[in-house]
Amino acid sequence: MNELFAILLPTLSGTLRLATPLMLCAMGGLFSERAGVIDVGLEGKMLAAAFASATIAWATQSGWLGLAGGIGVACVMALLHSLACITYRGNQVVSGVAINILASGLTMVFAVAWFHRGGQTPGLDTALRFMPVLFGQSLLVYVALAGVGATWWLVGRTRFGLRLRAAGEEPAALDAAGLSVAWVRYRALLITGVFTGIAGAYLSIAANANFSREMTAGQGYIALAALIFGKWRPLSAFAACLLFGLLDTLAIRLQGVSIGGVLVPVQLIQALPYILTITLLAGFIGRAVAPKAIGQPYEKAH
Amino acid sequence: MNQSLPRWVDIGLIPLANVLLAFCAAGLIVLAIGADPFAAVKFMLAGALGNSEAIGYTLYYATNYIFTGLAVAVAFHAGLFNIGGEGQATLGGLGAGLAVLALDHTGSALVIVPTAILAAAIFGAAWAAIPAYLQAYRGSHIVITTIMFNFLASALMVYLMVNVLMAPGAVAPESRDFADTAALPLISDWLNALGFHVMESPLNLSLVFALVACALVWFLVWHTPWGYELRLMGFNATAALYAGANPRRIILLAMMLSGALAGFVGVNEILGVHHRLLLDFALGYGFGGIAVALMGRNHPVGIVFAGLLFGVLQQGGTELTFEMPQVTREMVVAIQGLVILFSGALALMSRPWFEWSYWFVGRKLAVRKAASA
Repeated sequence: MNELFAILLPTLSGTLRLATPLMLCAMGGLFSERAGVIDVGLEGKMLAAAFASATIAWATQSGWLGLAGGIGVACVMALLHSLACITYRGNQVVSGVAINILASGLTMVFAVAWFHRGGQTPGLDTALRFMPVLFGQSLLVYVALAGVGATWWLVGRTRFGLRLRAAGEEPAALDAAGLSVAWVRYRALLITGVFTGIAGAYLSIAANANFSREMTAGQGYIALAALIFGKWRPLSAFAACLLFGLLDTLAIRLQGVSIGGVLVPVQLIQALPYILTITLLAGFIGRAVAPKAIGQPYEKAH
Repeated sequence: MNQSLPRWVDIGLIPLANVLLAFCAAGLIVLAIGADPFAAVKFMLAGALGNSEAIGYTLYYATNYIFTGLAVAVAFHAGLFNIGGEGQATLGGLGAGLAVLALDHTGSALVIVPTAILAAAIFGAAWAAIPAYLQAYRGSHIVITTIMFNFLASALMVYLMVNVLMAPGAVAPESRDFADTAALPLISDWLNALGFHVMESPLNLSLVFALVACALVWFLVWHTPWGYELRLMGFNATAALYAGANPRRIILLAMMLSGALAGFVGVNEILGVHHRLLLDFALGYGFGGIAVALMGRNHPVGIVFAGLLFGVLQQGGTELTFEMPQVTREMVVAIQGLVILFSGALALMSRPWFEWSYWFVGRKLAVRKAASA
């Protein structure tokens, strides 16, 4: 029994730790996508926020200001995405890709110019970081969990949520009811910015002590996969994040372990989130149906 | 105000203005980190075009961008967005590498090299065919699946390199070196043989191959019935259906052609330069291809010019870091992002300004004409 706990507990807490940035990004992405705007730029927003948080926390010697800075920068990038996708009716995927590439380049450009450490920011004292507060988890982990609850309530149970879903399913109806589709979508994307900002801050000032090159390492894309695997629903997406977090924990724990004489291919476990999502999207296990108006810029009739 | 503009404004002036906006933004970033953008441009141009070695490197980088730019463009014409260039290029390199590893001690270069190029095309096309099949027959979205296939390609490659292909005794996950018969000829060797003295660079026969690919894509997409169906499908899928086109077949073929073109990055890198299989040789080119295609307006001629520009940026950026240490070469990545943003996502932003100016100038001219009459 004790042995079981000795394996189970670290696995569970590791899962929660690794699932936290996924949860935050997936919930953030949910607001954008349920409002009808594809967001493949979660990765870029999170990366930019991670850099901003570490830099500002170091410069101001305050973790809280670092968190605020990360959220601010992610919101600016979300506004850029809104400007391109909502105001100028550009291609939403192209805009998301632009944000990812821009973040990947700019974080390095500024990191090298300001700190001369090959893209790293200076290490932060534990006093400046969001260290474990309860059950060995950082405060931001609980913020992420609360964020899941908030998303479930906001999207499913409030008037704003109803309008947000209308913007993603039937924007013309929202328009006919005298509401601005653009305004609803702008607000949804700002919320995406807040969530991805917290996710970035979690990586650079809670889970680690500094920013390093490409530190998001594709987690924004895994979160997108989790969002789709959870069929764009908050609680299912949350479950998908936990599952993907568990897979990631197992991939680390099973490194070099052989079961029955066969070495476990770690790469296969790491690829499982993508394989599962592709299989689901192809309709081989259930069906994931995207919001009806996703990807279409809304043009108001005059 | 939504008036039509003359063609030269629509396809000439506006795209040019968008690219200029992107470069102005890049200049502001350079200013923000305390460097002089004009000096940076000067160093970049000297570093990219200053001598025969620099030009060789520039053209070698441009070759990759032309391949991935063409890949993105072909899919774009069919109304498909292929973000999977990164994975398809990786698989192309894997195909070329496996072919050489299997054959290089048996035959002559005349057998090995064409087989390896064919293998690169087949592997790249196959890696694009799965997302294409899933889109055409199972209704899953090609953007999402191609993104995920990039990660699957990278996981597969790491697995194969670490567990299967890594040379015995090697410290890094790299295969054994290929036999000399499997290398593509270097352009510098040819030019030296002809009596022109140039310094050695990785530029190889792949550049010629890339230009041939441009001509073939131009012919296929604009001068064959299949190309017509492809463009019709991208322009208006419903019309294509009524005209008797088979959308599923077009999706599959367009994506396979796209994947094969991206796979040729592997030919340039693996057969042309590294002469062994390794990881991350395609890094950044798949996404760079999106910028190249957008800037070149999805036309082979435009793609050649955009590819050259990105080659200049990449080589110039590498040299720039020596002259101005505060500007890292990731500046080039940032510029790619800005080009995608301004030429792609914000392409419609500057249009109203041009519409207004065109209307304003037209009215002034009309008033002057009326006054002189």
